[in-house]
Amino acid sequence: MTGPVLSVEALRVAYHTPAGAVRAVDGVSFSLREGERFGLAGESGSGKSTTALALMRLIKAPGRIEGGRVLLGDTDLLALTDREMRRVRFAQISLVPQGAMNSLNPVLRIRDQLADTIAAHDTRVSGGDLDTRIGGLLEAVGLDRDVMWMHPHELSGGMKQRVCIAMAISLRPKVIVADEPTSALDVVVQRQVIETLGAAQRRLGASIILVGHDVGLMARFVDRIGVMYAGRLVEVGPVGDVIADPLHPYTQLLIASVPDLESKGVFKGISGLTPSLLSPPPGCPFHPRCPKVFERCPVDEPALREVKPGRWVSCHLY
Amino acid sequence: MPSLLEARRVTKIFGGGLLRRRGTVALDDLSLAVHDDRPSITAIAGESGSGKTTLARLLLGIIHPTSGTILYRGRNLHGMARAEWPTFRRDVQAILQDPFEAFNPFYRVDHVLTTAVAKFRLAASVAEGHALIEHALRQVGLRPEETLGRYPHQLSGGQRQRVMVARAMLIRPRVIIADEPVSMVDASLRATILESLLALNRALGSSIVYITHDLTTAYQVSDRILVLYAGSVAESGDADAVIKRPQHPYTQLLVESIPLARSGSRWGQSSARTAARDAPGDTAGGCKFADRCPHVMAVCRRTPPPLFHTEERRAVACYLYQDAPTAGSS
Amino acid sequence: MALASLGRNPALAVGLALLGLIIVVAIAGPVLLNQGHARVGAFPPGLRPSGGHLFGTDTQGRDIFAVVTLATPETLKVGLIAGSVGLSIGTLLGLVSGYFGGAIDTVIRTAADVMTTIPGIAVLVLVATFIQKMTVELMALIIASLAWIYPTRAIRAQTLSLRERAYVQIAKLNGVGGLELVVREILPNLLPYLAASFVAAVSNALIATIGLEALGLGPQNSFTLGMMIYWGQFYGAILRGMWWWWGPPIALILIIFVSLLLTSAGLDQVVNTRIRRAA
Repeated sequence: MTGPVLSVEALRVAYHTPAGAVRAVDGVSFSLREGERFGLAGESGSGKSTTALALMRLIKAPGRIEGGRVLLGDTDLLALTDREMRRVRFAQISLVPQGAMNSLNPVLRIRDQLADTIAAHDTRVSGGDLDTRIGGLLEAVGLDRDVMWMHPHELSGGMKQRVCIAMAISLRPKVIVADEPTSALDVVVQRQVIETLGAAQRRLGASIILVGHDVGLMARFVDRIGVMYAGRLVEVGPVGDVIADPLHPYTQLLIASVPDLESKGVFKGISGLTPSLLSPPPGCPFHPRCPKVFERCPVDEPALREVKPGRWVSCHLY
Repeated sequence: MPSLLEARRVTKIFGGGLLRRRGTVALDDLSLAVHDDRPSITAIAGESGSGKTTLARLLLGIIHPTSGTILYRGRNLHGMARAEWPTFRRDVQAILQDPFEAFNPFYRVDHVLTTAVAKFRLAASVAEGHALIEHALRQVGLRPEETLGRYPHQLSGGQRQRVMVARAMLIRPRVIIADEPVSMVDASLRATILESLLALNRALGSSIVYITHDLTTAYQVSDRILVLYAGSVAESGDADAVIKRPQHPYTQLLVESIPLARSGSRWGQSSARTAARDAPGDTAGGCKFADRCPHVMAVCRRTPPPLFHTEERRAVACYLYQDAPTAGSS
Repeated sequence: MALASLGRNPALAVGLALLGLIIVVAIAGPVLLNQGHARVGAFPPGLRPSGGHLFGTDTQGRDIFAVVTLATPETLKVGLIAGSVGLSIGTLLGLVSGYFGGAIDTVIRTAADVMTTIPGIAVLVLVATFIQKMTVELMALIIASLAWIYPTRAIRAQTLSLRERAYVQIAKLNGVGGLELVVREILPNLLPYLAASFVAAVSNALIATIGLEALGLGPQNSFTLGMMIYWGQFYGAILRGMWWWWGPPIALILIIFVSLLLTSAGLDQVVNTRIRRAA
């Protein structure tokens, strides 16, 4: 397959609150190749989690997908009926949601929860076959087969998260969306879980979208990174290049604020506040905080353009 | 001269009792002292379940130790008369983790600041109190006219946390226990808050006990680091030494698991490591890290290791270093 | 902003509107009315409803419309007094018990638990039987003596949860302690819950008082809705088919309870929204 496995075009999502429409995702476009790992990075309020949910069409009222296309292969997911989408979900594109380990049903055994997901899509599989398949899934995520007979409370946080990964890969999807899959986990367990995710992805030949705020984690895991700010993508490119040579002023400040183990006592933050998504600033949403702002910035909204091969930036400096 | 605030051989067990014989051991025979002579920044680093929050609450006098004592200026904290607690509160303050929960939603954010001024009698008049508050807010990088008069939900997490730092600045305590002060704040705003903590230390001479799970910020902020594992000190020493040359196997595991943005190898290339254990097990008697330790020996499972002085100002609780002399307390 | 939120809460809006109407009628009614119409022998007895007598007259010649107008405020009075007293005691006990814990908590909690098991109506009936001259105020006090039990437990539970909040810890770090902390930090956050509890307390008090009165244990010399039902039954209004005697008080009781129920449901929504927003 030569074309992209997933192509997002001008996606817009808004939350309709009594105070007005909050533009959580404001024209996001990117594409995902087969087998690729794409990181969607941003701070709170950047719209990254909303984008992840929108790809799965899991946005609930008062949120609404206002426009754009999400092409999985040739199919526009936003144009499908609810029934068709339910068949696509988990079978072709699956989600490891935020806090997934807390959404495991506490009264069901792990086996039953995985069986539910599989049976919902493939009613032909039954009984012993199902057990074999579930056992295989658990081993694929580095867990003992015996785990399938346990209840969630008997497992640690890392193990529960791996069960959620197993659920996400159970139907061999082409795209896995992982929304902050390790946010509640320790550093050590985080590494194990991420490595599990990576191994599972490679075995399936699937693509991954990793949504998160930890730039360091992105650097270790993804191939390309997209930085979001105020509901828009401000920079996209290969992760190593973006971190070593960030082009957008926000990315520059963000990378500079990530602490490392080299410099002691040096703190570089970003002054100012995240913009209101209810009434965003005119022109470029970052301009009130931008150290390189000039006259054009409050007037025109910059578009995401490819300024170097593989490097996309949305900034008037380029 | 006695320490300012000290935990001496403190153990804290939650639960247990009639129906459950064994409760959860949050802290196990831990000792830590904060001295008054040189204001320092000490980091207590640990994962969830290491006991670091329990230690914070014990040092603040919020909970009582199951055994051992908490000493304030050499005296048993919980033996003091009620009338003496205001002095303790004046000397020992805290910054908590959740910037939203720390504010009473019924009041504007001014409330925590004005209450501090009133209770600690920081000002002779209302006008003076107001001036003090405005000054403290400016010192943490907030504009009083944009902050005062607002309700907590109208400010961002970073702003709220800065108000909390301002509150600590107002009181000018000798020690500040900062329990995960930036973990719920956005990355770009963390720097400002950590900077104001450093300012508290340098300008006001307050010692800081910085409790965190994030080794990177612990390294950046503190002079000394104590690594906690399952309620005991695994390793302690100067921040540079502990991070750059970790000696305890657990510290080594922690340091190599930190995803750094600018260095390190790619993850997820090798096949999944089977998680034999990813949490402390029910080790009756021996070193709590024994089940996960790549260097485990027979002695490790028999008795918990004492703290060995491997270098000057360094202690490691690991039998790998049993040739070194043992320490009295950390 | 408040009106907009009422728009999203139809239960509360309708409930409050109805309650308001009832209260206005209860206050204005006796003032505008010619009280003489409610005296014995004012009119020919047993008249059916007509233009001159909207609800007819009873067997002693009282105009029933006048009686109902005089009875409603009295009934509401009992409900309000008993509800307020019960809730105030309950709030005080619940706050103290929940916040301070220890021995005082054990005492209060055990007392409340024990009294829950005692059948309230039986106690009330017994007490009421022994009182020679029952008045509206006495009625209220008797009911209040049992009305504190449920609020105590409910407020205690809320206090226990609020006590663990981080802002309580910050207040303690600020040097605020004891009773001052309870009143300044915890009590304000209980207000929406207290409002809902008040409505519930008033409802329960009304049920108790109307029940007692219908059994004939109410104030003999005042008009109340429950006593109207009792007198109606006593003088055989049901057997004689004089529906206009027992009908109106029952209808009014229904309206009062519906409005209280709607208000309570509406307040529940407010309390939950606040909890959700704070979470």
